[in-house]
Amino acid sequence: MTTTPAAPHRERLQLSHLLFAAPALLFFLIFAILPLLGVVALSFTSWNGIGAIEFTGLTSWTEALSRETTWRGLLLVLLMIVATWVLQTPLSILLGTFLAGQQRYRGVLAVLYFLPLLLSSSAIAITFKSLMDPNFGLASGLGLPFLKQNWLGDSTLVWIVLLVIIAWQFIPFHTLIYQGAVRQIPQSMYEAAQIDGAGRVRQFFSITLPQLKYTLITSSTLMVVGALTYFDIIFVLTQGGPGVSTRILPLDMYLTGFRGNEMGVASALAVILVVLGLGLALGVQRLGGKDASASQTEGA
Amino acid sequence: MRNFSFTRRSLLGGTAGAAALTLAACGTSGPGGSAGGGDSASIWQLSGQPNETIYQDSIDAFNELGKGSLEVTFFQNDAYKQKIRTAIGAGEAPTIIYGWGGGGLRTYAQEEQVDDLTPWLEENADFQKRFIDSVWGAATVDDKIYALPIGATQPIIMFHNKTVLESIGAEAPETWDALLDVIDKANTKGVAPISLAGQSRWTSMMWLEYLLDRIGGPEVFARIAAGEKDAWLDPAVIEMGNKVTELLEVKAFAEGFESMAADSNTDQALLWSDKAALMLHGGWTFGGMKSGGGSFVQDGRLGFGPFPTIDGGKGELANLVGNPCNYVSLSAVASEEEKTVAKAYFLEGMMTDDVAADFVASGSAPVVTGQEDALAASDDAEYLQWVYTSLQDAPSFTQSWDQALQPTAAEQLLVNTEQLFLGKATPEQFAEAMNATLEG
Repeated sequence: MTTTPAAPHRERLQLSHLLFAAPALLFFLIFAILPLLGVVALSFTSWNGIGAIEFTGLTSWTEALSRETTWRGLLLVLLMIVATWVLQTPLSILLGTFLAGQQRYRGVLAVLYFLPLLLSSSAIAITFKSLMDPNFGLASGLGLPFLKQNWLGDSTLVWIVLLVIIAWQFIPFHTLIYQGAVRQIPQSMYEAAQIDGAGRVRQFFSITLPQLKYTLITSSTLMVVGALTYFDIIFVLTQGGPGVSTRILPLDMYLTGFRGNEMGVASALAVILVVLGLGLALGVQRLGGKDASASQTEGA
Repeated sequence: MRNFSFTRRSLLGGTAGAAALTLAACGTSGPGGSAGGGDSASIWQLSGQPNETIYQDSIDAFNELGKGSLEVTFFQNDAYKQKIRTAIGAGEAPTIIYGWGGGGLRTYAQEEQVDDLTPWLEENADFQKRFIDSVWGAATVDDKIYALPIGATQPIIMFHNKTVLESIGAEAPETWDALLDVIDKANTKGVAPISLAGQSRWTSMMWLEYLLDRIGGPEVFARIAAGEKDAWLDPAVIEMGNKVTELLEVKAFAEGFESMAADSNTDQALLWSDKAALMLHGGWTFGGMKSGGGSFVQDGRLGFGPFPTIDGGKGELANLVGNPCNYVSLSAVASEEEKTVAKAYFLEGMMTDDVAADFVASGSAPVVTGQEDALAASDDAEYLQWVYTSLQDAPSFTQSWDQALQPTAAEQLLVNTEQLFLGKATPEQFAEAMNATLEG
């Protein structure tokens, strides 16, 4: 700690700030920064998990970057990000706005909508897998032959299945965020709009949506970074299959590291994911505009 | 017992992140890893009944002999597989390393993490003779034995539903043509010919294992497992792929098999609910069908037999494929005292007659000789005797490919197998893709 004689008051403040932040910083250091540095270090080695860790320079990186599965995995994870955002954001906003109303029936519906939040990803995946079984799933259970599809065996259909299940799991969460945000919008704005003769649709687009800007950024950040790490549902449902059609990069990293025992290559993939995640998170924040202190309730 | 449906079951709560990779890298010391004392050794075992009780009893009995004490810790299958690797890497392995032989054992042997047990077995020739011959193959790396057999045998068996076969007027096939005949008759009558949980991939792999054996004999895969150059490009591999194509063309597998998963045992259910005629599956499904299939097994409607032979092929009808059994190795970093206790356990605790009797009682065939009488007296006598005799008469017992190969190649194998069964890869493409895994 350096002492600057010019600002004794400020220094005292910094010290106490540091003390308060210390536990959190320590945890962050031990459980986030150190492992991250470990992964970066491992990415420059060759290691099968049991032998000696050999420093091999860029070998693991060239190996990781020369594999077709890496690039396909990257492409698939980007597709996953875009598709989940496009599918989940409009639905979450609409549901959130709807559930923000104070009527009792909306409260009842809200409880139902939020149910998936209580379930773990693995449980969701196992349940849906059983429901989609061609012989003993919903199709035969309900006697609805059109439900008997090759849900997990068709490389296009499987994507629709995944996107829908992931949406089913995460839309409630984002709906919750939007619901809270919509309730924060001052009622006076809607009253003013009503006096000006704006209808419901107009109110939604002119007041609700603009007011949700910062919530949109928060929700989108979570969505984008979350999509980057989707693993459990896909791992349980498809293991990356059929073939390699759902082997997105995070899953590829896991399979490379823990099934293939190529820790060096897997670490390189992990670093790529970390950089991509940070980049995307910062990018989404930027979209919100640089002036973070701009009023959210302008005109209220 | 190696229970595939357990092995492949999703890793509950398995969240992989960058942190997970590093945590594994750091290596955590496991429970039971502190076996310090002079005459005590440690072993990790798989949890899950009935085997957990059998192993626990065998260790308790050994500890009472006064030849040292053995500490056992039980782990769930998937957790164990990752933990043992990490522990070995960190030099904190238990004295006795439990495993599956094959490719995994080869890695341990190459890294000199497990002891060569060949000299010890020469001193204890009677002990070696106690085990059925065909189970030693998967314990051998470069002509040296690095592991000892433990547990019960789990070959892959062609199961059939006797009721369905009777109703379509067919018999359990022992030749390729007879198999095609069953498929044709079943399809005509609107029954699924073969139940296959193709989404699980290793299920389809079992078909490849037997097809390759029947076409080219066990030598073809032996060369592949040994990593010989261009071993996957053998004409028998292409022919194996052609047979798969042929099966797909005649709609041999249940409709929607690509989406069926073995986790939920729906493939077994298809067989016991009279919706399918045949199912190629591991011997462990016998227990599953017995407990899950109502009175299907008890009524004697479950049939079992060898995989059909193929005209002009080199593989014999009696050749087996599957999991010979589980294996235990001796950690190279264990102290002499620990090793002494472990070796005493091998001889006087691990697979004694009492332990073998427990396995028979649990409905599986142990890998030691001289169990005929015990098997004849068991509830599942017909099935167990057949498995036991098949095991002893088998000219060869090829280990399941995903266990026999190195882990990286095994993962590639599963992906390529699925592509082949989806019709997305030709036999030639399959062979080429797999051949690429032989380099390096």
